[in-house]
Amino acid sequence: MRRIGDSPPVRALLIALALVLTALFLVVPLVSIFYQAFASGLGEIWVNLSDEYTWSAITLTLLVTVITVPVNLAFGVFLAWLVTRFSFPGRRILQTLIDIPFAVSPVVAGLLYLLLYGRGGWLGSWLANYDLQLMFAWPGMVLVTVFVTCPFVARELIPLMQAQGSAEEEAAVTLGARGWTLFRRVTLPNIRWALLYGVILTNARAVGEFGGVSVVSGSIRGETNTLPLHVEQLYQDYNTVGAFTSASLLAGLAIVTLVIKAWLEWHTARRSH
Amino acid sequence: MIALSRKRVLPGFSLSLGITLLYVSLILLLPMSSLVGQLSTLSWEQYWNIITDPRHIASYKVTVGTALAASLANAVFGLLLAWVLVRYEFPGKRILDALMDLPFALPTAVAGITLATLYSQNGAIGELLAPYGIEVAYTWVGIVLAMAFTSIPFVVRTVQPVLEDLPGQIDEAALTLGASNGYAFRRVIMPHIWPALVTGTGLAFARSLGEYGAVIFIAGNMPYKTEITSLMIAVRLEEYDYAGAAAIASVVLAVSLFLLLAINIWQARFYKRLHGGRG
Repeated sequence: MRRIGDSPPVRALLIALALVLTALFLVVPLVSIFYQAFASGLGEIWVNLSDEYTWSAITLTLLVTVITVPVNLAFGVFLAWLVTRFSFPGRRILQTLIDIPFAVSPVVAGLLYLLLYGRGGWLGSWLANYDLQLMFAWPGMVLVTVFVTCPFVARELIPLMQAQGSAEEEAAVTLGARGWTLFRRVTLPNIRWALLYGVILTNARAVGEFGGVSVVSGSIRGETNTLPLHVEQLYQDYNTVGAFTSASLLAGLAIVTLVIKAWLEWHTARRSH
Repeated sequence: MIALSRKRVLPGFSLSLGITLLYVSLILLLPMSSLVGQLSTLSWEQYWNIITDPRHIASYKVTVGTALAASLANAVFGLLLAWVLVRYEFPGKRILDALMDLPFALPTAVAGITLATLYSQNGAIGELLAPYGIEVAYTWVGIVLAMAFTSIPFVVRTVQPVLEDLPGQIDEAALTLGASNGYAFRRVIMPHIWPALVTGTGLAFARSLGEYGAVIFIAGNMPYKTEITSLMIAVRLEEYDYAGAAAIASVVLAVSLFLLLAINIWQARFYKRLHGGRG
């Protein structure tokens, strides 16, 4: 069968162009992260990695992620169930609302939380009466990260659950399945890969969130620095090796994310054929 | 209201509605209402003066101009990559495919310091460009580069599935009827994929407008020249000028909501057309 753009020269040219541009645009930056980190030898890497501020940044990043991912996982499942299994007035508005964190600058997200929970904010001043301070502390960073990453799971689930329809679930209900059993035995097996994919994306974004948390963190070294904020601070201090050492941890995680994603896609493609 | 009164077969409506509404109110609506609250402390005139401050206007121009350049560049680059990934088989294709998501997976601050280091005058790439008088870091070119880096997956991942769904027969029909490759691409392939291309480019544009982490390191952040609007918000916050920050943020928020709505309506329209009006 003849196809458009299938003549060998066109084909070779387009593939070459795609490879060269990707190499320049994506691969060179990725490699240079590790190159910059390892440029001064392994000893330097060790010094930077064992630094107590790096450790506290890693710990805080893990804390934020460990809270954010399950919260948004649960929310994503409920939302997807709601909008794909029931029709009700306001369904479209709800779906558009959920996309807001996608469209808005993370700095604006941080600002919204600062205005609400900060000293001047009505919720913030009420909480201050009880000596609770959410801003410039880790709870505020968790809140902003939850906001920024809230659409990812739902976005993966909604198209899939819409395409699958509810016939299987209705059959199960007729046969007597209820609530949790219905979800675990009928829905979950159908959506597990998309769910996992959503979790991977949420995780990657939660770990790497920068603009939003930088507004509410106050960047107190050893206290309210996540790994991306730590990278920024080291870079501003002209500690290039230190910055790129921490950056290469994040880049390593990004590569793991890509590998898991490719594996998931391969798995889904194999299942559907 | 008819839908509400109908008996529901599946369980969990009230539970999922309750949880979703609670979550949306607490996480999305409450913080957004605080912006309105902060803005109400300003008179119209004050508000107008803030959002039309020359430095802020300059930042809108920089942001929109560079985001436009970045998303147009990505329309071309993204279309090329989607085409190559769907139409050809070659060694390393799966790696290339996986790499397309790198900008989503890589934290923006990491992308930012990396691009700034590579393209600065002493950087590996900046050094090569400097003799030709090309400066990337600390100019608007650098902002375009950073925005293009973070938003490339939008175009690739929107166009790719549409291109995959295109049946091979239409290629054959066009070529058999004597169309040249270029003509067939323009008249047969493009009409099918351009709604997706516009959607992807629109998403890339929206993302570029809001990009912060990747841009601020390479931008140089010179007032009136290379300051983006997100940075202006951060600058006002550092000065504890919450009202000023809120006023600029309201402009950003309005523009992003408008774009989001426009993209959704655009998508819904073409979804309907593609599915014979049933969508």
